[in-house]
Amino acid sequence: MADNRQDTNLSIRTPRARVRGLGASGHGADHWWLQRVTAAANAPLMIGFVVIVAMMAGRPYPEAVALMAHPLVAIVLILAVLSVTIHMRSGMQVVIEDYVHDKALRFAALFANTFYAVVVAVACLYAILRVGLGRLV
Amino acid sequence: MAPTARPTVAQPLSPHLQIYRWTWTMAMSVFHRVTGTALYGGTALVAIWLVALASGPAAYAWVAWFFGSWIGRIVLFGYTWILMHHMLGGLRHFVWDFGVGLDRTTRMNLSRGTLIGSVALTLVIWALALTLR
Repeated sequence: MADNRQDTNLSIRTPRARVRGLGASGHGADHWWLQRVTAAANAPLMIGFVVIVAMMAGRPYPEAVALMAHPLVAIVLILAVLSVTIHMRSGMQVVIEDYVHDKALRFAALFANTFYAVVVAVACLYAILRVGLGRLV
Repeated sequence: MAPTARPTVAQPLSPHLQIYRWTWTMAMSVFHRVTGTALYGGTALVAIWLVALASGPAAYAWVAWFFGSWIGRIVLFGYTWILMHHMLGGLRHFVWDFGVGLDRTTRMNLSRGTLIGSVALTLVIWALALTLR
């Protein structure tokens, strides 16, 4: 998303050199691919997530902790959190780039987008590990 | 054949949504973005739920009470539907990314199937979750 198309007079690089390998959007196809790879991962992981939430619902606290501490549940949730937060950050980035035209506002929105994704990811991962890495005996 | 007169009215440079007739593919494309944005906010609920579980019985009791309440259940039901809709929409785009299913009848059927499938999946999930207790 690096927008280096402004102030072309200030740079001695030729227009072609600036855009080579980057395309019109300022970056290559890696963003598109990351979005598709995480989408493919999300589909089975979200089915697992729905099953886990349905199993957790209505359980008393010790049972809920025991279920969450099961390695299979914890691993599926960790994978889901990683894939989902990467996917939602790139998805919202595209939405911001499409609809927020003011440059300063867009810059702030893109920063906020990354911060939100990281905060959600770290909070979820810390919680899963805290419950999952509790004493085994 | 007589030469056609050039149009004298100013043509729209970049037609936006209100110019086009609504179709299933367009509606489902717009809705894919809307559901994606909703899920973006919804991950905060997942984080609150997990952090509450890690915080102790008191915090978890509060969160469990909220999600068990009427408002909480409506939120969870809506969340399930939006998640299923975005998942099926993503699979539909995945099919199209391979260059197949783009002819008129298939693309319309795939788009209708996204809506029908998401409602059906949501009802199945909730029926299973409420009966298998």
